[in-house]
Amino acid sequence: MNWDLVAEYAPLFLAATRVTLVVSAGGIVGALVVGLLTAVVRLWHVPVLSQLAAAYVEVSRNTPSLVQLFFLYFGLPKVGILLSQEACAIVCLTFLGGGYMAEAFRSALESVPLIQHESAQVLGLSRQQAFRVVVLPQAMAQATPALVANVIFLVKESSVVSGIALADLMYVAKDIIGQSYDTSEALFLLVVFYAIILIPISVLGTYVEGRFSHGR
Amino acid sequence: MGAEFLFQGATIQRLLAGLGVTLRISLISVALSVPLGVVMGVLFTRKNRVLRAVLRVYLDFIRVMPQLVLLFLVFFGSASSLGLNFSGEVASIIVFTAWGAAELGDLVRAALEAIPQSQYDGAFALGLTSKQTFARVILPQALRSLLPPSVNLVTRIIKTTSLCMLIGVVEVVRVGQQIIDFNRFDYPMGALWTYATLALLYFVICWPLSLLSRWLEKRSSR
Repeated sequence: MNWDLVAEYAPLFLAATRVTLVVSAGGIVGALVVGLLTAVVRLWHVPVLSQLAAAYVEVSRNTPSLVQLFFLYFGLPKVGILLSQEACAIVCLTFLGGGYMAEAFRSALESVPLIQHESAQVLGLSRQQAFRVVVLPQAMAQATPALVANVIFLVKESSVVSGIALADLMYVAKDIIGQSYDTSEALFLLVVFYAIILIPISVLGTYVEGRFSHGR
Repeated sequence: MGAEFLFQGATIQRLLAGLGVTLRISLISVALSVPLGVVMGVLFTRKNRVLRAVLRVYLDFIRVMPQLVLLFLVFFGSASSLGLNFSGEVASIIVFTAWGAAELGDLVRAALEAIPQSQYDGAFALGLTSKQTFARVILPQALRSLLPPSVNLVTRIIKTTSLCMLIGVVEVVRVGQQIIDFNRFDYPMGALWTYATLALLYFVICWPLSLLSRWLEKRSSR
């Protein structure tokens, strides 16, 4: 290990961390929105949409993220849908994560007892109000550990975007290995930077799991 | 529609051969990680603090790193630091075995810890040896809660082997790219259809396993 080279390459990885974080954050926010909508549509048995949502969840969970990404980036332009690399990466993580988030939300929403819905309506709340102020807050507490696990999963999965030449951590490491054969230094920095991003989220996940498992 | 190339020449045979490589990597890794994972899970329940700390570090490292990083570490890292030149496929099998064993080890640990002490005491009172207790009392109960997430793990491994193409393994996604390149000028829509076909191939394999996992879970929670 040549520490001068490590110091020389570190700024490249720092810049790439931004790309990894931006893509992951975009994907996580998108996945949360899509996941919640999908779960609600299924919970309320909205006709047609509910079946579509179920099919979407199965497709997003049972196909590899790399194939989803390549379909978006290389396949869709053939029918005139041209997205930038960043947009592709975020859409891909949203599509992938949406299915996982939907399942987390759905099992949490289903765990809220029926009497909570009924009591809220007896008190004169509309269906939407009951959902928003009574059911959702309870479900969120239930869902949080699974949601945090999905966040970690999505940050890890963001490494596939290097496959469409988006300059994330993975891509920079690959680039250095290919150009100068400084393999040990590049891999060392790669592991360190992913650890810096992922270990805090992982610790948070363990904390959250302990906190929300009270009273179960 | 521009998808005729999929049914011409040996395209389908080539895709299926690629899928064969995908499944070979997945199944060998699963087969190797089952015994390793069980051993790891049992070791996890031992009281030895040093052993547990070592296992914990291993498990956390494998889990926190993206699988692509692990593939790079084994494929490029072992060549540059240890002088070991693994083929892409061997490197992939090493990574997916290490990952599968870690995940399964954690599942085994959780399944074993969920079994109440009274089961051990009861077996002891009936005069069973510790070996008999494990094989006839503990294992069958642990298996029930272990099976659904393990089947799920298999689908995760199958899906994640698509990353092997990024270290040069010619598996099904890579074969798909070769088919796209080959038909680039005659079938400009090739990329759309090929990636859709690839997604379908993975789906056809993984979806039944997901359904099986869900069915097993429903059955074991009854």
